[in-house]
Amino acid sequence: MNSKKKMFMYGGVIGLAAAILMKFGNPGNMGMCIACFWRDIAGALGLHRAAVVQYIRPEIIGIVFGAFIVSYLTGDFKTRGGSSPLTRFILGFFLMIGALVFLGCPLRMIIRLANGDLNALVALAGYIVGIFIGVQFLKKGYTLGKNYEQAKIAGFLFPIFALVLLIFLVIKPAFILFSTEGPGSMGAPVILSLILGGVVGVALQRSRICTAGGIRDMILIKDSHFLWGILGIFAFTLIGNLILNFEKINIGFVGQPIGHNDFLFNFLGMALVGLCSVLLGGCPIRQTILASQGDTDAGVTVFGLIVGAAFAHNFGMAASGNGVPTNGKIGVIIGIVFVLIIAYSVVADQKNKATKKSKEVSANV
Amino acid sequence: MSKTIDARGRSCPEPVIMTKNALEADSNGIQVLVDTHVAVENITRFAEGKGYKVDVKENMEDYQIDISRD
Repeated sequence: MNSKKKMFMYGGVIGLAAAILMKFGNPGNMGMCIACFWRDIAGALGLHRAAVVQYIRPEIIGIVFGAFIVSYLTGDFKTRGGSSPLTRFILGFFLMIGALVFLGCPLRMIIRLANGDLNALVALAGYIVGIFIGVQFLKKGYTLGKNYEQAKIAGFLFPIFALVLLIFLVIKPAFILFSTEGPGSMGAPVILSLILGGVVGVALQRSRICTAGGIRDMILIKDSHFLWGILGIFAFTLIGNLILNFEKINIGFVGQPIGHNDFLFNFLGMALVGLCSVLLGGCPIRQTILASQGDTDAGVTVFGLIVGAAFAHNFGMAASGNGVPTNGKIGVIIGIVFVLIIAYSVVADQKNKATKKSKEVSANV
Repeated sequence: MSKTIDARGRSCPEPVIMTKNALEADSNGIQVLVDTHVAVENITRFAEGKGYKVDVKENMEDYQIDISRD
């Protein structure tokens, strides 16, 4: 099988899992959504008090375990870290603000599109623009610096975090919050979610699929390898929905499940997500997978996502089916400006270093 | 002896960008050092796509990728 077909099939596994999970009880167009699921977990841990989005999503635990185990068996697991962790945390934070204004990570954007939600098309345009801007910084030398080997235990911390979540999910202690209404109360059976999460984690780890990477590589090096994975997700979610969720397919902008039709902020929200994803080296899916295979910088990024989700709800920035609150609009604009400043400063710093180096060299000659 | 690019410790997509820039400066061939398998895959795909011959050697802690014209 050639590499593009392989990517398409790996994407297909993810798309099918999403359609099945929606059929068996996950919220509308939310068979899989990395941003929403981390947000639900933040709520379950009591980091935010939006009572309708609190649940320890078993899919996330499955994804982490799947990626951890398969990376360990194949030798991809390596404990690394120390490449601008605080910058990554902040980028993860703002990525989540953008995602919760659109209402979904890039994966859910594809899934929404595959069910006819055309707002996702507007968001996709924003996502591509955000990635395009990020690529310009990459071309000018943007980097978060090298990572280094760390003590082995550091690489296990993230899988251990997932294990703790699983324990909370099973024994349901009083301090863990579970929604009794709204999207947080809707979910496929725990075992099914765990298993399909595990399958998706393996598929993501083996394929290295990244929604931002697919578009970025097309712009940067004209390589469509990962784009085929994205097309696979789209095609198989669509096929899965036609078979399993036909009555829920709704082509249009209005009345979409857990989505709104504020064009401008669907566009800007996902532009912020695209920009942050490129500057981080991967979208929320990829960060979650990397965190599971020993990349502690990606682990810090995921905690940035979780804290971002908590603030998005605590500060009234997260959108809902009713639209985007003013705070959310302000949050996205601050996010875009702030992230651009970070990227610009990194590039300027690199340039300064390069001129200094060449001066030193010419002085030595 | 071809130029060596040290992309160890760099996260995706930096190793590919460093390879791309180096090949634009010296189109005859280069050597790239990386330390993740993902970087090996990405660089190999990129260089082979550009018509280069790619040879990967696995060392203890890293990978050495030789990229050359046939």
